[in-house]
Amino acid sequence: MNKAAPRSEQSIAWLFMAPALLGLAVFILMPFLLAIALSFTNVRMGSPLPVEWVGWREYARLVSDAGFGRALFNNLLFAAVVVPVQTLAALGLALWLNRPLRGRVVFRTLFFMPVVFPLSLIAVVWILIYSPDANGLMNHGLDILTLGHWQPRDFLHDPHWALPAIMLTSMWQGAGLQMVVLLAALQAIPGELYEAAAIDGAKSWQRFRHVTLPQLRNALVFVVIVTTILAFRVFDQVRIMTQGGPENHSATVVFAAVRAAFDRSQVARGMAMSVVFFVIVLAVTVAQRKLLKQTRS
Amino acid sequence: MNRNRVWTIANYVLLSVAALLFIAPVLFMVAGSFKPEARVLSDMDSWRALLPGGAGLQNYRDVFARIPFGRYLWNSALINGLIVGLGLFVNALAGYALARLQWRGRDVMLAVVLALLIIPFEAIAVPLFYQLSALGWRNDYAVQVFPFVANPLAIYLFYSFFLGLPRELEEAARVDGAGILRTFFVIVIPNAKPVFATVAIVSFLLYWGMYLWPLLMTVDDAVRPLPLAIATFYTLPPVQWGDILAFGVMMVLPVLVIFIAFQPWFVRGVTTTGLKG
Repeated sequence: MNKAAPRSEQSIAWLFMAPALLGLAVFILMPFLLAIALSFTNVRMGSPLPVEWVGWREYARLVSDAGFGRALFNNLLFAAVVVPVQTLAALGLALWLNRPLRGRVVFRTLFFMPVVFPLSLIAVVWILIYSPDANGLMNHGLDILTLGHWQPRDFLHDPHWALPAIMLTSMWQGAGLQMVVLLAALQAIPGELYEAAAIDGAKSWQRFRHVTLPQLRNALVFVVIVTTILAFRVFDQVRIMTQGGPENHSATVVFAAVRAAFDRSQVARGMAMSVVFFVIVLAVTVAQRKLLKQTRS
Repeated sequence: MNRNRVWTIANYVLLSVAALLFIAPVLFMVAGSFKPEARVLSDMDSWRALLPGGAGLQNYRDVFARIPFGRYLWNSALINGLIVGLGLFVNALAGYALARLQWRGRDVMLAVVLALLIIPFEAIAVPLFYQLSALGWRNDYAVQVFPFVANPLAIYLFYSFFLGLPRELEEAARVDGAGILRTFFVIVIPNAKPVFATVAIVSFLLYWGMYLWPLLMTVDDAVRPLPLAIATFYTLPPVQWGDILAFGVMMVLPVLVIFIAFQPWFVRGVTTTGLKG
């Protein structure tokens, strides 16, 4: 890196950053700092009590809150399953569609279709798919796949199945977006690299290993990091499909925080949950970035 | 030759099966929007779930009768158009500065952007609501637009793509005497269409379904976006699944149009826009 950059480049860089910085500072950083401050108070929505500082009280309560512990565990499990599976599926689809293929645009549009639908609608459709009825689409399908050995169950109200059901819906909904990002990166790989590799007699696996993967690295790191963060932030599906139930078996941290702040008016507690959540995801993201560094060309 | 053809056909069959898995719920929704109320749920257990028919356009007429759909659509289009348009400009500039320019504080700023990416909007909605209410700022278009223009995800997406863009063209332009501004607007932007298309689509999708914020900040139908209208169908009994599905189809159409409109930009990657040789 060239430390002796001209002064004009310094000022132009700040000029380029200025509008974004202003927006981030006013609409994300300030409310977040306010959230931290509120987490140390007793503020409740619509409460007649005067607002005062109570120190670490809400955090102390979280430590002994089994429901919050459960939500944290669910979040970790959700991310551990969804991130690798969804990324591999998206990579597979992107590679599949990046070959000479008639109707590629049609298939790409079809795979992308679930992304286009707002989660509020998607969730309603999946509630119907997971219907406990033996004739429900999921129960019926599993019955056929297992040659009649499947016992129909109520996925969204079953402690063991509620979270996996939400995972499946999330992966189905999100894979298309990652695929489009990866496909855009695949399309940007110069054709000469493949031609050169072909002249050198590289087999298709070698071309993938030595041309595609290195060229895809930055986009792949991007996809993994963003998917991880979005996986931790999972909220809408939980809110609409299970309300965190049964007994918090499908609750997530953001869901718990919103439930506290909005539904139960416990603003301070909701804010404390948000702060803990932020610290944990920050740690995970920092670790990930240490492992997967993006390279400057 | 023959083996090749078998392989091609197998490939298409597999692709079609995968595609069907991805769009079956979507088909269910579209089909349901053309069905009379009683059949929306009762057809669930068979192929008829995916076949439309029976109600014609009745559900769609109901939607227009029950809510001022055109008004909501215009509001949503205006709000999203502004967020996406302003956002492309603001976030591309920031992403470029982080990826390519040499300046003090760059690495710290990149870390800050990534850290802000972690914060879910739901977590800061309450304090932001307090903050803006204290200024008396609510119930207009601007309060639904400005909080979302600068976006860490979009900045990071631009940053990642600019990192991967070959440097040669920019260096050539700089050698020819073009300044940073000129290089960015004349050389970089035309070669970065795929990432602009990606960011436009992603942010459009992100905000088209936004519910919590407009619910907190607006009271008038005159400025409220589409997602708030769906509540009308749940709260005014009886719940008509056919109407909800018809509303859903109409709500999603604009996003689909945007995606299809940006498609050519996606396909024409950097390879075919002048970086050869």
